[in-house]
Amino acid sequence: MKKIDPTHHELVPRHVVLEEEEVEKLLHVYNITRDKLPLIKAADPVVKAIGARPGQVIKIIRTGSPAGEAVTYRLIIK
Amino acid sequence: MKPLPLSVKEELTEKLLEANKKRNMTVSQIDAIIQEVVEEYNRVLVDPGEPVGTVAAQSIGEPGTQMTLSTFHYAGVAEINVTLGLPRIIEIVDMRRKPSTPVMTVFLEDGYSNDREKALRVARLIEGTTVENVARSVIMDVINMNLVVTLDEYKLDDQKISIDDIIKKLKKVKNVEMTQDGYTIILNPGDVSLMKLRKFAMRVRNTQLKGIKKIKRALIRKENGEYVIYTEGSKLTDVFKLEGVDTTRTTTNDVREIHKVLGIEAARNAIIKEIKETLDEQGLDVEVRHIMLLADLMTVDGEPKPIGRHGISGEKSSILARAAFEVTTRHLLEAGKQGMVDSLNGVTENVIIGQPIPVGTGTVELVMKR
Repeated sequence: MKKIDPTHHELVPRHVVLEEEEVEKLLHVYNITRDKLPLIKAADPVVKAIGARPGQVIKIIRTGSPAGEAVTYRLIIK
Repeated sequence: MKPLPLSVKEELTEKLLEANKKRNMTVSQIDAIIQEVVEEYNRVLVDPGEPVGTVAAQSIGEPGTQMTLSTFHYAGVAEINVTLGLPRIIEIVDMRRKPSTPVMTVFLEDGYSNDREKALRVARLIEGTTVENVARSVIMDVINMNLVVTLDEYKLDDQKISIDDIIKKLKKVKNVEMTQDGYTIILNPGDVSLMKLRKFAMRVRNTQLKGIKKIKRALIRKENGEYVIYTEGSKLTDVFKLEGVDTTRTTTNDVREIHKVLGIEAARNAIIKEIKETLDEQGLDVEVRHIMLLADLMTVDGEPKPIGRHGISGEKSSILARAAFEVTTRHLLEAGKQGMVDSLNGVTENVIIGQPIPVGTGTVELVMKR
């Protein structure tokens, strides 16, 4: 039986777990608190595939938009 | 100053190289051009406080009015009927549990994609076949309380199913007395009521012989030099498990299913792609950024949410904004009972009470310094 890896699908952009210092920097730049970030569920197939845990922030590098490359962040929730 | 995005950078480099070939430019000239581009880029950026949501709503809404009169159903790809036009847009925006016409586009891996025979074999594995599909008739013999299944030999041959297979599968449904005569199978469920016999007939008809449940049809079609399978019905997880299926490109038009299998970011991309394709098909040119904003809003909470009463508009924090949208009395009554407070931060609330709205120049507030 084949194993499904969602991270290789062309609809799925690159997800990277953000280091804690980088999270602080990010929150400082936008002058926001952690709960103001967009969310992603811990049960999300991609979150499971990269082995991230609730409370961590994921950096998402989207391609194919008019900007060529766009970076967004999502907070993992239960 | 905001740095240039990747696509602008690439275009600029390309054009500068081209121009440099024609006439040799000095370093200071090139610097001046880059400076000019950076300034222009920053000038055209959306200003803080600009009502981008309203602009997006109008930009999608206006072409929507032109769509109302156009066709509801359209003969889609390869004889498969697909819902298009306004009904499709509504379906996506409302995040229906199942689209009215779920369709999968199954791409094949190297080695399979150029071989018609292999592609057909995969298509047969996908296509769900029930007894009804290969039978000429399934008749209830009410006098003898029997069920007579007459199979079609050509259909059996086409699907590569033997009669023994069918009998084996039918035995699993209910172990009853079976007599086989050529292409006819007579099932005798014993002494049962007419209603039970009818139910039994239904179960026999829908017995899955092979393939994936709920996928009614699978067609192959040559596209850009490779064979692609189109299916009526959608079940991504099961298709991904099959040998020869390209799990990096195979998709469905069911956004909820994409969310379940590939995650929220894939769902966002799917929403954008589906809306864009539906609009393009109707010859309507809508800037993707508006659709991207819509998709962003629908996916902020990590789960695709519909726009409207049950989704975004129904979850607004302001009571007045919700009351202005739909079922006014209920929201006001509920708020009154619970003694809720509206902090008047949004646009709608402030329009209602006649204050400047927090948009554009209204976003700025002045505080007296004592």
